[in-house]
Amino acid sequence: MVKVFIYPSNSLILSDLVDRFGHEPLAVMHEIGKKIKTAGLDSPPINITPEDPKKGLKYAAVEVPSGVRGRMSLLGPLLEEAQAAIIVTGPDISFGCMGCARTNELITFLVRAKKIPKLDLEYPRTEEAAKDFVHQIHEFLAGLDNIKISTSDKTGGGE
Amino acid sequence: MGEEEIINKMVVLNSTYTLPSDIVIKIYESKADVTVKETCFGLIIRGTISEVNMAVKEIRNMDPMRIFVKERGVPPGDSYRCRAGRGGGVKPGFHMHEIENKLLPYITGALEEIEKGIPHEMPVKSHGITIERLKEIINEEAAQAK
Repeated sequence: MVKVFIYPSNSLILSDLVDRFGHEPLAVMHEIGKKIKTAGLDSPPINITPEDPKKGLKYAAVEVPSGVRGRMSLLGPLLEEAQAAIIVTGPDISFGCMGCARTNELITFLVRAKKIPKLDLEYPRTEEAAKDFVHQIHEFLAGLDNIKISTSDKTGGGE
Repeated sequence: MGEEEIINKMVVLNSTYTLPSDIVIKIYESKADVTVKETCFGLIIRGTISEVNMAVKEIRNMDPMRIFVKERGVPPGDSYRCRAGRGGGVKPGFHMHEIENKLLPYITGALEEIEKGIPHEMPVKSHGITIERLKEIINEEAAQAK
């Protein structure tokens, strides 16, 4: 079983496909769950606290917007664990006020820098594209069983 | 429930054959030590990792191509996230769910193809011209201009 980082990290489809094909999806929901379960001063428990942009400094420089660093405090630990990655570019949810273009770029860069098996896909918008999407993920995940996965990584440092 | 970590999983149905109530009954039958909440999209299951995974494995078998599962951070009926306590509006995560829900029938179709072993032809990606070819074009254009 390989730990597969997925992006967009809250995707139902990606999370389900990785799990279905026998690997472990690394999704942001688990990190959010930790925040909800851990007792703290924040009431209600919130996704991003003022502490998080400080934790994000491990991945991005101080002049990088706090929104990026806050997001990285959730996604960074997942990236460190990742042994493979599936990155979907151009999903609607990563665009506009819900998404963050700079975080998207930083995540893609850090995954590339980590030199782990990576699958880049376009967000499907048609039936045919969706079929290609699933078949490519299936092939990629099936191929992960045959390769030797290295867990040593150099993620972080925000070059 | 012991000291094992407690997780929540969201089960999303995209089926005309299976109803959330059918799945709930299946979970009750399995005697898994989990909390289940039936929702409009499917259900939310909460319990220890092993119990939840066992329940998910069982319900997936009911309609494997049309049941989708992902982890969820917040527990079912969480007072801070539930719309009842937030004065209306969509709940966090709804937009992603709404977008992906439209794609689920296509995903089901692709999964059925994989299950049946139907070969799928991948689209051939068109590559840009090579540097050598670009140089040739420039040289040809330059020769014509002279």
